[in-house]
Amino acid sequence: MTITNAPAIDELPTNDADPFSSDVLEDPLPLHLALREAGPVVYLNRYDVYAFARYEQVHAALVNWQGFQSAAGVGLSNFRYEKPWRPPSLLLEADPPQHDAPRRVLQKILSPRSLRRLRERWMADAEDLVDQVLADSTEFDAVTALSQAFPLRVFPDAVGLRPEGRQNLLPYGDHSFNTFGPSNDLVAKGADTIAELSAWVNAQCQRDVLSDGGFGAQIWAAADRGDITHDQAPLIVRSLLSAGVDTTIHGISAVMYSFASNPDQWQRLRTEPGLARVAFDEAVRWESPVQTFFRTATMDIRVGDVVIPDGKKILMFLASANRDPRRWATSQHPDPDKFDLTRDPSGHVGFGMGIHQCIGQHVARLEADAIITALARRVERIELAGTPRRHHNNTLRAFGSIPVRAHLA
Amino acid sequence: MAENSNVVTLKVHDISPQAAEVIAVTLVDPDGRRLPDWTPGAHIDLVMANGLTRQYSLCGDRWDAYSYRIGVLREPASRGGSAYVHETLEPGHLVGVSAPRNNFPFVPAKKYLFVAGGIGITPILPMIHQADLIGADWQLLYGGRRRESMAFLQELAKYGDRVRLHPQDELGLLPLAEFLGPPDPNVRIYSCGPGPLLGALEAVCSEWPRHFVRTERFVAEEHGPATHEGPFEVELARTGTTVTVTPEISVLDAIQAAGVEVLSSCKQGVCGTCEITVLAGQPDHRDSLLDEDDRAAGDCMYVCVSRSCTDRLVLDL
Repeated sequence: MTITNAPAIDELPTNDADPFSSDVLEDPLPLHLALREAGPVVYLNRYDVYAFARYEQVHAALVNWQGFQSAAGVGLSNFRYEKPWRPPSLLLEADPPQHDAPRRVLQKILSPRSLRRLRERWMADAEDLVDQVLADSTEFDAVTALSQAFPLRVFPDAVGLRPEGRQNLLPYGDHSFNTFGPSNDLVAKGADTIAELSAWVNAQCQRDVLSDGGFGAQIWAAADRGDITHDQAPLIVRSLLSAGVDTTIHGISAVMYSFASNPDQWQRLRTEPGLARVAFDEAVRWESPVQTFFRTATMDIRVGDVVIPDGKKILMFLASANRDPRRWATSQHPDPDKFDLTRDPSGHVGFGMGIHQCIGQHVARLEADAIITALARRVERIELAGTPRRHHNNTLRAFGSIPVRAHLA
Repeated sequence: MAENSNVVTLKVHDISPQAAEVIAVTLVDPDGRRLPDWTPGAHIDLVMANGLTRQYSLCGDRWDAYSYRIGVLREPASRGGSAYVHETLEPGHLVGVSAPRNNFPFVPAKKYLFVAGGIGITPILPMIHQADLIGADWQLLYGGRRRESMAFLQELAKYGDRVRLHPQDELGLLPLAEFLGPPDPNVRIYSCGPGPLLGALEAVCSEWPRHFVRTERFVAEEHGPATHEGPFEVELARTGTTVTVTPEISVLDAIQAAGVEVLSSCKQGVCGTCEITVLAGQPDHRDSLLDEDDRAAGDCMYVCVSRSCTDRLVLDL
């Protein structure tokens, strides 16, 4: 950790908090409020970085890839000066022009039109899973029984992974997302096993172990067509495995928690099952499974009254932007802290925005739509059956457990 | 959400002559906002006040997010497309523009050989810029009828002997076989130009693996659907309502004003969130996502930017 003197700009508010401390990870909302109120740009003394917590600046930085780059890393570590812990992602940690070809190839493979062929099967899979869970007991842990079980059932199959070793996906993803923060206890916790997990993940990215027709095989086929190089193919498969599992799981947990703690909204969904898609995006806005990402200034860049120097890291609080009353408070919906299906969550930055916007967002929406729709068909009322437990991660807002009780329709 | 409803209308900022019959047109957002992102090889559909739609390659600098540049050749047989741009369009005029689409994407390689014929130089310009930026090896062979008809020569001058100019009246037909050489796994060929040039290139490259050679043909001027400049109706089949979409609002705006929830995100036809199934009518696609086959299928549209070619669209909403 580096502590340097705060820049000598009178207008620049500073904050001493550690956004990656246990207290903040347990409940980040007070820090988000403080940062939003402090100003459009805040300097975080502890890590010598700048912070955006208001919607306007977060959105502007996300879309402005020319001024706020990703290739220097989207975590605290600055790849201009530090060696990344693994070969950088060709998508998340790349800028144009290198970013273009991988993005184009994967975007097509994961486009809504390409996913149509999966829809029916995933809907049926979700119904099977919900039937199994409810047959077992109407009291269950929504995290393990649904949020983890469903993506782990359908997504690795869609990628084309072998059955063996899939349990490695969770700790690998959890560690990857921890590494975007500082080298704290959360990173240390994964240090012993990460070499082995990485080796397993890298082995699953090779073409001979990926089944025909899956997302993985389609990526290799794109390399055969020359749309990407053969060297790029395994790294693009790796992106699916790093970014496509934990995020979706925590997104589904978010919507489960949202409904279990807002029974009136479940009633609304029951009368209008078509709201499942809106419900998921509203939950992604409200909980923001991906809380933060960094960018790096590519030049001295002015934001409001502040000039952020070239090469400095900027921490974007997506979660805070998603509850910024400056963007979200309207006469009809005055309280952005409320989970509300009558709100239009369009434009939230929970999936990011711009050229790096979550490439798997349509996959996540399809998975969530399937599980919410299946549950709404069987369950009349859902409520918390105990106190949910948070799972801490430097980047993700997650649950370790959400005990729920379902009342069958 | 009126803030985004004009994303498909841009303002002519500047028109500058580039060669005998070629002008460069610079387009900006009327309110000075960022324009949707694009990649080399991309084109936009220009929707003109006379109702015609024409496709033009983007040939500006994508590191400037606030303007697009296109190069327009006055075609002798123009039925109102290029003639309109040359004779009628002036700085300050508003034009309809689709989100950028790319059917001619630039793929990673160690070395590139570019062959441009005439106005076919336009998609090649940003490719050259990027090849240079990443330090790839590259050469350009650029042909035209005569030197004065060849556009963007001043910009190309800075690349020195990587650029070979080949005016036909001075030097004859392009020496394709000599320039391209034998097939090389490290090389990708990119070419844009008139039909006869691409035909000759294909013949010379018969030994090259197909995907090593990437070409873009000029789109015939007659091509392009008639678009609907006035208001049109959108029927929401499941809801049972019909809304009117006037020129200044998007289909998404109209649907939402009727109280029907449609999830969207980028509002630029880029992310794909607002895909809606089309049951009847012909959408006027202005998004970045659908390829030609998808468009021809006509069974879905992105309502944040796309409009209608027919008086009525029926959507599965």
